[in-house]
Amino acid sequence: MFSQKTTSPVEEGKPEVDENQPLLQVRDLSVVFRTREGSAQAVNKVDLDLARGQTLAILGESGSGKSVTAQAIMGILDMPPAEITSGTIKFRGKDLLTMPEKERRLYRGQRISMVFQDALSALNPVYTVGEQIGELFTVHRGMSRKDAKKKSIELMDKVRIPGAAARVTDYPHQFSGGMRQRIMIAMAIALDPDIIIADEPTTALDVTVQAQVMELLAEMRRETGSGLILITHDLGVVAETADMISVMYAGRTVEHGPATKVFANPAHPYTLGLLESMPRLTGAGDRLYAIPGLPPSLLNLPSGCPFAARCPRAEDICRQDPPPPAVEIDGTRFSACHFAEEVVAHGVR
Amino acid sequence: MASAETPAAPAPDTAAADPIMNVKGLVKHFPLRSGVVIKRQVGAVQAVDGVDLQVRPGETIGVVGESGCGKSTLAKLLIGLETPTAGSISLTGREMVGASGGKLKAMRRDVQMIFQDPYTSLNPRMTVGDIIAEPLEIHPDAVPKAQRTERVRELMSLVGLSPEHIDRYAHQFSGGQRQRIGIARGLALNPKLLICDEPVSALDVSVQAQVINLLQDLQNRLGISLIFIAHDLSVVRHISHRVAVMYLGRIVELGDKEQVYNNPQHPYTKALLSAVPNPDPAMRGKGNQIVLEGDPPSPANPPSGCRFRTRCWKAQAKCAEVDPGLELTSSGARAACHFPGDTPSQPEVAA
Ligand SMILES: Nc1ncnc2c1ncn2[C@@H]1O[C@H](COP(=O)(O)OP(=O)(O)OP(=O)(O)O)[C@@H](O)[C@H]1O
Ligand SMILES: Nc1ncnc2c1ncn2[C@@H]1O[C@H](COP(=O)(O)OP(=O)(O)OP(=O)(O)O)[C@@H](O)[C@H]1O
Ligand code: SF4
Ligand code: SF4
Ligand SMILES: [Mg+2]
Ligand SMILES: [Mg+2]
Repeated sequence: MFSQKTTSPVEEGKPEVDENQPLLQVRDLSVVFRTREGSAQAVNKVDLDLARGQTLAILGESGSGKSVTAQAIMGILDMPPAEITSGTIKFRGKDLLTMPEKERRLYRGQRISMVFQDALSALNPVYTVGEQIGELFTVHRGMSRKDAKKKSIELMDKVRIPGAAARVTDYPHQFSGGMRQRIMIAMAIALDPDIIIADEPTTALDVTVQAQVMELLAEMRRETGSGLILITHDLGVVAETADMISVMYAGRTVEHGPATKVFANPAHPYTLGLLESMPRLTGAGDRLYAIPGLPPSLLNLPSGCPFAARCPRAEDICRQDPPPPAVEIDGTRFSACHFAEEVVAHGVR
Repeated sequence: MASAETPAAPAPDTAAADPIMNVKGLVKHFPLRSGVVIKRQVGAVQAVDGVDLQVRPGETIGVVGESGCGKSTLAKLLIGLETPTAGSISLTGREMVGASGGKLKAMRRDVQMIFQDPYTSLNPRMTVGDIIAEPLEIHPDAVPKAQRTERVRELMSLVGLSPEHIDRYAHQFSGGQRQRIGIARGLALNPKLLICDEPVSALDVSVQAQVINLLQDLQNRLGISLIFIAHDLSVVRHISHRVAVMYLGRIVELGDKEQVYNNPQHPYTKALLSAVPNPDPAMRGKGNQIVLEGDPPSPANPPSGCRFRTRCWKAQAKCAEVDPGLELTSSGARAACHFPGDTPSQPEVAA
């Protein structure tokens, strides 16, 4: 199985790390896009932690900075137009942002890997899936093409592609959407990374394939102890898989805590609104709740709380002063709200 | 738009009314090119293979099904973006298949589409006004040139966009607003039928709720019919009057939403509903999920008899021999299964 470390000498291509340091620690991360109209503050002083074997779900408004945060961690942000204006991204204690690109490249794929939303455009249409998976082993592990092909088949078996040995020479377009997504996962786990970032891995999939893909990711985590960052709009998927939840709004983390607590008893008015907007499989028919109004322009963020214009709990102080970035609640979670304790205790109404 | 307090439309009592669209035996096969993979014989991807569907005035039909089962292809056939291999699509009594020139153009006006991705389906170099006016340019007789700007402003307010923003570019809007631009464009020609292909999949649940409420308001006000394709079964349940479940190019179950959701008849519908994740972490691991074995067969080479039989836990010898038709079941819905609902599947011959 691939999870047992191969002993090939090129394994040294994997950067050495101090296992005693925290797996991932993002502090004060800010990303700005320089555009024609001005500077868009896409990510604003974000903190994020991920432990070994843990699943962290990032939820939030469309355009709130989830994918940009993921791209910054993965080191694939387009700079320019993006610019990282503050922060550190520490992997096992080493700041990925300050290390030279030559060193950083060793982390990408080997220590941290990513599954993208759209598997079809992430795979190269002119190479077989076997060539694409195999390349990881020839490049990073110095394997022969023959051994790499064997590895590819092993991985395709692992992600349950039926008849893997025959299908390893097929092209991406010959697979269904669900199977392509599983091939992406095969590539993401190929080099036994410590962190997998999955950006809307199941948005394009039906619920039965979605269940298979999520189970597969869970299995990988159990087997290898890697950490998973899961970005999704699907609250059902989050409820079924996440240990911790970070909720983003207008580039900031507005709430962070254990999944059960965040769902049962949100500590930020935006989280409350989001959960309330969800149609339930039971009790259909009535009009859906939707958070009124629009998110603020990232070009011109308000001086107070970015949610104030839409918040049913807002008071004058909210429009004047930014809320404390992390009000601690019962020792386990944080909310960026002036009235965090009240929201936990009484909601917003 | 949050101010409109109209409740969800009741199911229109139009079962008896003439359908606005009548689809019969619709087939779309994509030829498999021989040059790409030499070793495989040339065949055809049976993307849509024999779909019958009647769309009633003012109703919403939800379409759900496995990735790759032919939902988008069906949508493209219905708006005339793809030419069917066989079958007929009649729109308020006029045949669309084989129509051409002015006749086809006139019919296309009545059926419009909203695409899945508001980020890529709008041209970033066009202003919102240009985007919404585009169908009016294609059908210049719809609205006289002098009144087009007025019509665009009217459409913008209809979907809850501020008409002052008519000269802004699409990238200056949020995901939800862009989806509204797409809807305004879809409504520009006063269609009788609006086809929505995963219009909310990429949006957060609050923006999704706004778009769904908007579509329901518009249906109440304008009486249009909707075909709503989505993977999220709770969204489909919320917005639809009837639901069609597709598998491998066919409709395998079709009925009122209560029938389909409360008493699914086709084994695939059952499996699909059981796989919906529960949005409550306290319920984790407590669902009774039916795990489907294996993968969907290739649409280029579907199984004999029932197309679901390679993954069906009820399959019997008969299922491999006889292709089940879409028949009325005890729930009131139609299902393409020899052993629908709780009917035990008995081997025909004792082994
Ligand atoms: N290349 C770019 N130039 C300018 N702005 C950008 C660029 N890429 C992203 N942005 C902006 O950065 C913000 C954050 O985008 P991001 O893709 O992270 O959102 P998201 O939270 O992943 O949203 P979604 O849920 O819709 O995927 C958005 O407002 C977006 O418009
Ligand atoms: N232009 C084409 N040429 C060849 N095959 C095609 C073409 N368009 C679609 N197909 C195939 O037809 C089948 C149906 O595709 P379609 O896009 O309609 O599925 P879908 O139900 O919309 O799936 P999804 O839920 O993933 O969007 C798939 O097997 C697909 O690969
Ligand atoms: S700080 Fe004020 S405006 Fe912001 S979320 Fe809390 S109550 Fe609402
Ligand atoms: S016809 Fe047979 S194989 Fe097909 S769904 Fe019904 S029981 Fe299953
Ligand atoms: Mg994103
Ligand atoms: Mg589709």
